[in-house]
Amino acid sequence: MKPDLPNSFRTGPDEHGHFGIFGGRFVAETLMPLILDLEQAYAKAKADPSFQAELDHLATHYVGRPSPLYYAERLTQHLGGAKIYFKRDELNHTGAHKINNVLGQIQLALRMGKKRIIAETGAGQHGVATATACAKYGLECVVYMGAVDVERQKPNVFRMKMLGATIVPVQSGARTLKDAMNEALRDWVTNVADTFYCIGTAAGPHPYPAMVRDFQSIIGKETREQMMQAEGRLPDSLVACIGGGSNAIGLFHPFLDDRNVEIYGVEAAGHGLEVPDGHAASLAGGRPGVLHGNRTYLLMDEDGQINEGHSISAGLDYPGIGPEHAWLRDMGRVTYLSATDKKALEAFQLCCKLEGIIPALEPAHALAAVIELAPKKSKDHLMVMNMCGRGDKDIFTVADHLGGM
Amino acid sequence: MTKTRIDRRFAKTRAEGRAALVTFIMAGDPDLATSLEILKTLPKAGADVIELGMPFTDPMADGPSIQAAGLRALKSGMTLKKTLALIADFRRNDDETPIVLMGYYNPIYVYGVDRFLTDALSAGVDGLIIVDLPPEEDSELCEPALKAGLNFIRLATPTTDDKRLPKVLTNTSGFVYYVSITGITGAATPDYSKVAEAVARIKQHTDLPIAVGFGVKNAQSAAAIAAHADGVVVGSALVDVIANATATGSAGQDNVISHVSKFVGQLVNGIHQARAKA
Repeated sequence: MKPDLPNSFRTGPDEHGHFGIFGGRFVAETLMPLILDLEQAYAKAKADPSFQAELDHLATHYVGRPSPLYYAERLTQHLGGAKIYFKRDELNHTGAHKINNVLGQIQLALRMGKKRIIAETGAGQHGVATATACAKYGLECVVYMGAVDVERQKPNVFRMKMLGATIVPVQSGARTLKDAMNEALRDWVTNVADTFYCIGTAAGPHPYPAMVRDFQSIIGKETREQMMQAEGRLPDSLVACIGGGSNAIGLFHPFLDDRNVEIYGVEAAGHGLEVPDGHAASLAGGRPGVLHGNRTYLLMDEDGQINEGHSISAGLDYPGIGPEHAWLRDMGRVTYLSATDKKALEAFQLCCKLEGIIPALEPAHALAAVIELAPKKSKDHLMVMNMCGRGDKDIFTVADHLGGM
Repeated sequence: MTKTRIDRRFAKTRAEGRAALVTFIMAGDPDLATSLEILKTLPKAGADVIELGMPFTDPMADGPSIQAAGLRALKSGMTLKKTLALIADFRRNDDETPIVLMGYYNPIYVYGVDRFLTDALSAGVDGLIIVDLPPEEDSELCEPALKAGLNFIRLATPTTDDKRLPKVLTNTSGFVYYVSITGITGAATPDYSKVAEAVARIKQHTDLPIAVGFGVKNAQSAAAIAAHADGVVVGSALVDVIANATATGSAGQDNVISHVSKFVGQLVNGIHQARAKA
């Protein structure tokens, strides 16, 4: 049975940070006063026109927004169906959508008088964006990164170091994103007085999921305007990859109440959904649980122990997902698909060859879904895929998988 | 509310004019059988209250010692169901020593709150400390647990100021667990004078006993805390004793038990001396 549909999909979360049963504030007491402060500070900033004006200024002059909405003509011809557009967030300063959120949070940290910034990172894009903003504002920056990810995303590790950040390789668990987040939370509990935790995805305790979504919603807002300009109407479908889901919710949120717009989120199916511990598709293969401050779909065993996600993409191998996505899935507003490592690699190569764009492995998953979906659509169907990051960081991983090239 | 084993135990130690020794071990560390023997040993060695950790893959408020203990337990096949069975086993010979389950919410949520409360009560659990359930999430487990007759013990921390304390204390029962540092378990040694101030501050808001933990490493630090608090919690240091004895022990279980017994005995001496001096 489907739950009653709300009048709007855009009003969440409620005052307790809930999207339906998802979200919430499941954190240690030490952090609670700070979480409440943060909620207040964010509400105050949101109501302050000078906060938005500062963010707009940074978006234009520092990030290089608006990012183009690009008609991928050869890919469209190749697939022979929907007219495909890329939202080019890979052209942002630092090479991904992550900077949109980081600049918002750093502005907030400055307003709250915090001098030390910590972050977790998987692919390293959020770490690079955070290190960048900290360099710009002269803040101390400590980035937690799973030791496995440090190895597979070396270019980003080097970039963060150049930008003055301290990188802490995390050795616990599977030594990837989940463990980096645990370690960042431990740092935060220890240094709560002077430290701001800049979370990279639309997950964690309230108000992070809503706050990160708001900062990323610039992607969807621009897409609306640009598509109106290019085609005189809204797109027919949106496609974005999902780890925690910040680029996706940023693109989706402004369109949630346009019920004619089909929305597709693409999880990482790794070695395949049928392979135990072989994927990172928490919606397809998980159940509701509580981790890292929120209730959401999690990959776990029957005892509630969290499983390690797997994906070729370091940005997607998280065993959870942002709580708003969990809710949108249960509401049926967004359709969640998945793409395997293999399909993502094929999409990666196709994009390089046909469009002269080297995508990050994360949006290569979204592209894999586009490759499946587009041929089934008519030629006047307008499809937007969020090209949320560039693939420079992934060239070694891809080369390894393709046999050294 | 009827008095629980926890209430009775703190009434007893208070009457004796001393702080209670609260010991933490991880259920199933290093394995289920040894864990049961350690449980039986603790009260004999002088522990007043037992906190039993429920292993979890992602203990985000715990330091390296307790993280490692949880992983050892999980590796040995520990589950929440087995943890409850372990307590039921212990209760066959001990109906007095209070047992508080400590851990994270997800395994309980997945087990099912109602089913968990029923099974925990029948196993002989007295209270719960769930690190990632602040008062803001009381409807999840705290309120049903209180209704079922379990104590719900809350952590108060140096960041819990006078404005927030009433909110933290509202649904707290059994005792208040004061976390002496901002940080993870087993980290820095606390500043004892600040602990004394904090205990005095919390006492202005509640009549509940106040146990202090995080960073209590040996008889000396236990004594320093016991001078001011109603209870002293020792976790990481005890877990380390178990880990070291397991790693080096040629005599297996007996070796672990004798190390635990000796260490707890030292803590008891420290605590007894604390008030004698004062």
